[in-house]
Amino acid sequence: MGCAYMFLQVNNVAKTFAEHEVFSGIDLSIHENQFVSLLGPSGCGKSTLLSMVAGLEAATEGSISLGGKTILEPGTDRGMVFQQPALFPWLTVKDNVTFPLKDKLSKKEQDQIAAHYLKMVHLTRFKEAYPHELSGGMQQRVAIARALAMDPKVLLMDEPFGALDEQTRHILHDELMKIFQETKKTILFVTHSIQEAIKLSDRVIVMGTRPGRIIADFPVDVERPRQRDDSRVIELEQEIMELLKGEINKVLKEELDHETKHFT
Amino acid sequence: MKLSILLKRVLFIGVLLAIWQGVYMSGYFPAIQFPPPTKVFQAMVEGFADGKLVSALLASFKHLLIGLGLAIGIGTLIGVLLGKSRQADETAGMYLIAMQSIPSIVWVPLAIMLIGLNETAVIFVVVLGGTFVMALNTRTAIHSVPPEFIKAARTMGTKGMRLFFKVEVPASLPYFMSGIRLAWAFSWRALMAGELLSNGPGLGYSLRYAMDFAQMEVVIGIIIIVGVIGSVVDQLFFSKMEKKVMRRWGLLK
Ligand SMILES: Nc1ncnc2c1ncn2[C@@H]1O[C@H](COP(=O)(O)OP(=O)(O)OP(=O)(O)O)[C@@H](O)[C@H]1O
Ligand SMILES: [Mg+2]
Repeated sequence: MGCAYMFLQVNNVAKTFAEHEVFSGIDLSIHENQFVSLLGPSGCGKSTLLSMVAGLEAATEGSISLGGKTILEPGTDRGMVFQQPALFPWLTVKDNVTFPLKDKLSKKEQDQIAAHYLKMVHLTRFKEAYPHELSGGMQQRVAIARALAMDPKVLLMDEPFGALDEQTRHILHDELMKIFQETKKTILFVTHSIQEAIKLSDRVIVMGTRPGRIIADFPVDVERPRQRDDSRVIELEQEIMELLKGEINKVLKEELDHETKHFT
Repeated sequence: MKLSILLKRVLFIGVLLAIWQGVYMSGYFPAIQFPPPTKVFQAMVEGFADGKLVSALLASFKHLLIGLGLAIGIGTLIGVLLGKSRQADETAGMYLIAMQSIPSIVWVPLAIMLIGLNETAVIFVVVLGGTFVMALNTRTAIHSVPPEFIKAARTMGTKGMRLFFKVEVPASLPYFMSGIRLAWAFSWRALMAGELLSNGPGLGYSLRYAMDFAQMEVVIGIIIIVGVIGSVVDQLFFSKMEKKVMRRWGLLK
């Protein structure tokens, strides 16, 4: 393209699952150390796109590259956090965090890394605990520490706080912001919450559905930490809400049409 | 709380023994067909004292350990194969369920004709008794590894053998443990079936021997021993291990 070099580059990507096309023609360029949120109605392909960046799913068409290298499979340069913590219950918190490091570093180095990231998520006291002894929010913090432990360039987060209560979510927002500023990671963050997206991100990408596609790209030009009653925040919130409402109504209408066609 | 449960259980046995004694004293059954509890107890004590029951028990445990060990080994191999290979599962999975539905006593004539009236035949029956349930549970264990564990591991650059041994194997441990517990239960039943028709030694053989000599008190005594061993081993060993794993894996509160 000849323009500025982009760190994470999604080029004209399409994904089809057995005849069902999730999306096509997705283009997205993300700078290093940028926090980007993906918003969109359920089923528009947010998780699918994230899985493709992770290398868990292959693109049907197009390509994704990171730092100029095409993504072909999962790798330790991309860490992922899911909605479910997916910690290994047979390992202690510390061993969960060092899991991605096994065989690569000495025991001592591993312990140091685990200690560093567990401190970052305020769980030093629980390093010998087992996952089932922790609350959901604590488990998710371990999952974040585990993803960070392999020092990835990109952190992919798929509704990481979706299963948590309001209060825990706010605490984790603050922790994630601190981690983002401290570690200078590039973060791609999927969420259902407009507020969450605006609170955290440098950019909010809004996706539409049927077919899945990107319909808007909002830079969030508000100083951090952001206040919920900031006028620009409220303005953005309403703008995005309007956009999404249209998309969701479209889905509902299609489903209704579909049903009336089949059941009358 | 705990004490009251124990009390209830002891009381329950007491009542059963009293009814048993009552029926005996009513004289409805001839004494040779229906010995009193005391006589059964006495037969057990004598059996242990003269070493007959002890050597029978030891022989039975030997058959069981060899048979169950082989059943767990073979069952695990079959289960992993079916769990990992869809091709193998589609081809042979159905027959595994069919084999599992065959009561193990059915294998006894085959074993005797094939191998002869000896201990190897008994072990063969024990192996058949435990293998299929072990294989089915191992297959389920592999299938029920949460996909999010695999996904998470893959995003951490884990694949191939390491993914299998470091994630799939430990993740499937709870169902695998259920498999072992069930394999034990089925093998124990198969063992009694096999020994009953065998030429000894073993607990089942002693049982038939007692029947042939009309020693009802020994017959009842051995039935009690079989029941006690079956439940004690399950409660003290297999269930405990299974629960421990389930708790650690967060599947049990
Ligand atoms: N492995 C798969 N096989 C077949 N279809 C799939 C698969 N994964 C996703 N899909 C389909 O692709 C579409 C997009 O799914 P995806 O999970 O990416 O949506 P999403 O935007 O993350 O939705 P949500 O907000 O509900 O998480 C859905 O219609 C889904 O049914
Ligand atoms: Mg999703």
